[in-house]
Amino acid sequence: MAKNRGAVVIDIERCKGCQLCKEACPSKVLSMNIEANSKGYHYAYMEVTEACTGCASCAYVCPDACITVYRVKND
Amino acid sequence: MTLEEIIKPENRIYGKTPLLTETPMHYCPGCSHGVVHKLIAEVIEEMNIAEKTVGIAPVGCAVFAYNYIDIDWQEAAHGRAPALATAVKRLNPDNCVFTYQGDGDLAAIGTAETIHACNRGENIAIFFINNGIYGMTGGQMAPTTLEGMKTATCPNGRDVSMEGYPLKISDMLAILDGTCYVTRQAVHTAAATARTKKAIRKALENSMNSKGTSVVEIVSTCNSGWKMTPHQANKWMVENMFPAYPLGDLKDR
Repeated sequence: MAKNRGAVVIDIERCKGCQLCKEACPSKVLSMNIEANSKGYHYAYMEVTEACTGCASCAYVCPDACITVYRVKND
Repeated sequence: MTLEEIIKPENRIYGKTPLLTETPMHYCPGCSHGVVHKLIAEVIEEMNIAEKTVGIAPVGCAVFAYNYIDIDWQEAAHGRAPALATAVKRLNPDNCVFTYQGDGDLAAIGTAETIHACNRGENIAIFFINNGIYGMTGGQMAPTTLEGMKTATCPNGRDVSMEGYPLKISDMLAILDGTCYVTRQAVHTAAATARTKKAIRKALENSMNSKGTSVVEIVSTCNSGWKMTPHQANKWMVENMFPAYPLGDLKDR
């Protein structure tokens, strides 16, 4: 079991659907939503929520700073 | 453990710095400019120098940089950012002054200003976004366009017998006595962004400590200009841009 559990919150209206977060995620957590935001971009969301370790790789490469990362230690 | 149990203020480890404004950036999806803006904002926030930092915005895609980072800015004429930065820093020696320029701005129309500011050893930091193309005006050939690379004005690829070779301007700046720190970085992976952030911090510290001119070149993508997806553009950059513009410190004294 991974040492940490994590979660990300995406700022849906800021996201431009560039998919760089999806490519950067080592645990393949993120996917692009079939729904679009008000600008028509398919924003990122956590598809495989339990695989997230909170490594924040997605947030570091996000050009629009729309990802907030949360992390807790696994007991 | 549920997501609700993880998403709590005390567990927050990373998010948008408040120094980055709420204005949505006008850059294309996946543009490297956004990452570099974010890193600069984070470093200024961490160094707690927002009140005395002045940025010089260029002409090019980053012309609206002043809308995105909540510090004082000046807008320079095309290529003249290092000259304006010289004035700002000399009049306000306690300020931290940086320019933010693309390859067309820094290495074409602004070549003279760039070289002479570096040669005078002005105590400024220069952040140089090198994506090998004029992004804002429609993807024309830039001085840093690679040999064989296709752009709107060289649809068959850059022909060195006609247009000459890609300009390695950071290498040129590194041999000048006025520069104290010249480095080439990228922002295509999480590890690369961490290294770039360190380089940005060092450059701003050098400006504060009056050590000379620092140049941080960031080899970047222009996925819409290159006509690729953001991920393809990153791969293309690793395969084609890095051999011509290898990453690492060119000078550190």
